[in-house]
Amino acid sequence: MKRRIGIKSLLVAALVSLVGWGGAALAADEAPDALIKRLTKEALDTIEADKAVQAGDVERIMTLLDQKVMPYLNFQRMTSSAVGPAWRQATPDQRRRLETEFKTLLVRTYAGAMSQAKNLTFEIRPLRASPEDKEVIVRTLVKGRGDPVQLDYRLEKTPGEGAGWKIYNLNVLGVWLVDTYRSQFSQEINAKGIDGLIATLSERNKANAAGSAPAPKG
Amino acid sequence: MTPLVAVAFLSGCATGPNANPRDPLEPLNRGVYRFNDAVDRGLVKPVATAYREGLPSPVRTGVTNFFANLQDAWSGVNNALQLKPQATVESFLRFGVNTVFGLVGLLDIATDMRIERHTEDFGQTLGYWGMGAGPYLVLPLLGPSTLRDTAALPVDAHGNLVNQASDVPTRNSATALHLLDRRARLLDASNMLDQVALDPYTFTRDAFLQRRRNVVFDGNPPDEPEDLIPDPSAR
Repeated sequence: MKRRIGIKSLLVAALVSLVGWGGAALAADEAPDALIKRLTKEALDTIEADKAVQAGDVERIMTLLDQKVMPYLNFQRMTSSAVGPAWRQATPDQRRRLETEFKTLLVRTYAGAMSQAKNLTFEIRPLRASPEDKEVIVRTLVKGRGDPVQLDYRLEKTPGEGAGWKIYNLNVLGVWLVDTYRSQFSQEINAKGIDGLIATLSERNKANAAGSAPAPKG
Repeated sequence: MTPLVAVAFLSGCATGPNANPRDPLEPLNRGVYRFNDAVDRGLVKPVATAYREGLPSPVRTGVTNFFANLQDAWSGVNNALQLKPQATVESFLRFGVNTVFGLVGLLDIATDMRIERHTEDFGQTLGYWGMGAGPYLVLPLLGPSTLRDTAALPVDAHGNLVNQASDVPTRNSATALHLLDRRARLLDASNMLDQVALDPYTFTRDAFLQRRRNVVFDGNPPDEPEDLIPDPSAR
């Protein structure tokens, strides 16, 4: 008898600690639109509550992003599709640096916009997908002052990983993020190779960190 | 000066085998882009910045609303041309409500009443009926466009109620104010462009073409072959 109670309370303790670590570890696979709904709500709540985020504190945003969003993002796929065919020739080290620099570029960019992201609401538009789909688009509308902003996500099915789905591209006002970098990246790679692209990204990130609007580099 | 020099250098290396099929006139476009950028940095952007800093936000919102209200009327015509009854009715309803109750459009009452805005121009109407966008074009002073949208411009200009004003100075001042208002609202975005873009010309082009295609299909464009990104990391 005693022993059974012991196991039970252990289980409860384990459960509580798991929940404490974040629902993600516990949750079974979510529907893609449910995942986006949860992430968007969490993000908006955080922006609303966190002064450091509102102020565009890059360190803080990066930490939150790593904790809350990265598990549901296939950032490697985002980077590799932006880089294109040259990705195949890249060494593991080059790939890692491309991912890091690309991520920093994006985070720094959007960090500045956080102060404007107050009092936002959003709605998830109806999902048009069949259960056997391996990739889906979840469409949302973010509303604040002015016209609503279309924000869509492409997700791929990743059974057992993330929430069963991972985001690999996002679309703001009809413009896909990854696609917008593809030509620019290939220009750099054609001119200066993969290391050239890494160097350009890294320079740009340093200049952005210094706070001055940098001159576009060829 | 550095951005100009950098862009000039890029225009040298971006032609040839790596030319983008949607931008066959890239060398010419880059020249016009450079010109626009110089005019913007030297004149338009400073004026727009002064406008934004000098006028209180409600006044600027009034200006934005006024021109958006005129656009709603023209959107109504284009929605009708695209046989979209609900969007047509809502556009004209917005125009009516804002003109009558919103002090000739200075206040956007219609949005508070949750009457949705459906912005459409004649370029979108042509696109709706199947006309392709054609090559990318950068127009002097006006910026990014396509061959189709450029062809539609005279019609859009005619449909713009500002151009119906018979008094020429009034018409010109109104047009200048409209462009100034638009540039002032883009200040944050254009500052961001300097940070995010490796090559502002390419970034602007690729974003613009996607955005236009998106509005032609009312936010639901069919997948292009290149949209279905092959995953180079996949084995």
